[in-house]
Amino acid sequence: MSVYIQNFLKFRPLLNELVARDIKIKYRRSVLGVLWTLLNPLFMMIILSVVFSNIFRFEIENYPLYILSGQVVFNFFSDATNGAMTSIINSGPLIKKVYVPKYLFVISRIFSSFINLMASFTALLLVMVATRSELHWSVLLVPVPLLFLVVLSTGVGLILSAITVKFRDIVHLYGVFTTALMYLTPVIYPITQLPEWLRKLVELNPLTNILSMVRDVMIYNHIFSPMSVIIAIVESFVMLVLGLYVFYKKQDSFILSI
Amino acid sequence: MNDNLAVKVEHVSMKFNMSSERFDNFKEYVIKTLKRQVSYNEFWALKDISFEVNKGDSVGLVGLNGSGKSTLLKTIAGVLKPTKGSVAVYGTVAPLIELGAGFDYDLTADENIYLNGALLGHSRKEMGEYYKDIVEFSELSEFMNVPIKNFSSGMVSRLAFAIATIGTPDILIVDEVLSVGDFRFQQKCVERIQAMMDAGTTILFVSHSIEQVQSICNKIVWLEKGNMVKYGDAKEIAKEYQNT
Repeated sequence: MSVYIQNFLKFRPLLNELVARDIKIKYRRSVLGVLWTLLNPLFMMIILSVVFSNIFRFEIENYPLYILSGQVVFNFFSDATNGAMTSIINSGPLIKKVYVPKYLFVISRIFSSFINLMASFTALLLVMVATRSELHWSVLLVPVPLLFLVVLSTGVGLILSAITVKFRDIVHLYGVFTTALMYLTPVIYPITQLPEWLRKLVELNPLTNILSMVRDVMIYNHIFSPMSVIIAIVESFVMLVLGLYVFYKKQDSFILSI
Repeated sequence: MNDNLAVKVEHVSMKFNMSSERFDNFKEYVIKTLKRQVSYNEFWALKDISFEVNKGDSVGLVGLNGSGKSTLLKTIAGVLKPTKGSVAVYGTVAPLIELGAGFDYDLTADENIYLNGALLGHSRKEMGEYYKDIVEFSELSEFMNVPIKNFSSGMVSRLAFAIATIGTPDILIVDEVLSVGDFRFQQKCVERIQAMMDAGTTILFVSHSIEQVQSICNKIVWLEKGNMVKYGDAKEIAKEYQNT
């Protein structure tokens, strides 16, 4: 165990460099740069709230805020897992030539998505101010569900990255899967509108629980129940352990199939 | 245990499965597995190699193309994990295996110095101390803010060599990189390696030029089709190798 920790400490600077590189490359040559992470969710929110408050109507108070909070959480998950999925294949040339702990590539993608999440969170706060909705003290609890979200995404990302090395189909398959998952998460609709059987299915999705925790503290000034915390801990950490296990088992064969 | 040991290679064998067909998708894989058509051609790139390198030695690896030299170096560098046997390395390793492997071509030379340094396990602060030395050695001071996709291949390898050889590593692994750059720069590289050897660095060296190996190394590992033919004093083996 101590060998792993030592190794991690040795390569910790690499984590910083990889995250910095991701961010730099993403916004290089764009005039607005990092501002895009703020603008992107805002534009999406405007489009979706125009569409859904005029065409399909949901009875939700402050719908823009509802949809934006859903977007921010879901986009982080989709961005982080998609980035993590291709992180190993994209670093193929590197892995073939230098010894580097391979999980660092996955973690760095999760981190850079997290930095984006911080930016879009600022957008969320701006919208709250602009719509004159009350900011409650419960907002201070929002790091708790976000932590579960990061742990969950890391677990899923580790599994995806390890399998994708062998089966490139996953990249295409997962694209479809994330679209389906978005509709299985109450991002744009309220969960109360669903028929009973579908509601059960949506509640099985770990993201649903995490998202409702975020909305509880952000919008409703309501502190999430201990039960939902326990469920989130179990779901996200089981995913992480599973991810670490799969990744650990597969990592030595990466180089043979990259 | 012998304190004087730098690298210990014990019964290392490396197997590659060269599946006659490669599967890149599920459907094919499932169908072929069900039909039991998955056939692997086993290929042993290394067969039961054992040797020890003492601190301060410089060992040349010679052999024809495909004899397993690079595979052996990669197992020592930790890039490949041997199928059987074990490799123990005592000290820090600076791999010069393929120059420029860790570069991101969209980043500038300046940013790449830090990225590449981090890949070798150096922090930003450490790299800051070596920064001047790197710029000087690579002779690229005017181009530090240029994305290296605009560099010529010679410039890229000069930068890579300068980064990889900072400080004094315990073990330096050199794989045919001295054939890069112009004559003058090659000279400079050899001088730098020589200076490291004087400082006590252990060198593992692959080159096709037996003269170069002879001039740098005091021991030679002779590989042929994954087998170790001989390991011992450089002069004797070089003579024998040239005669075959």
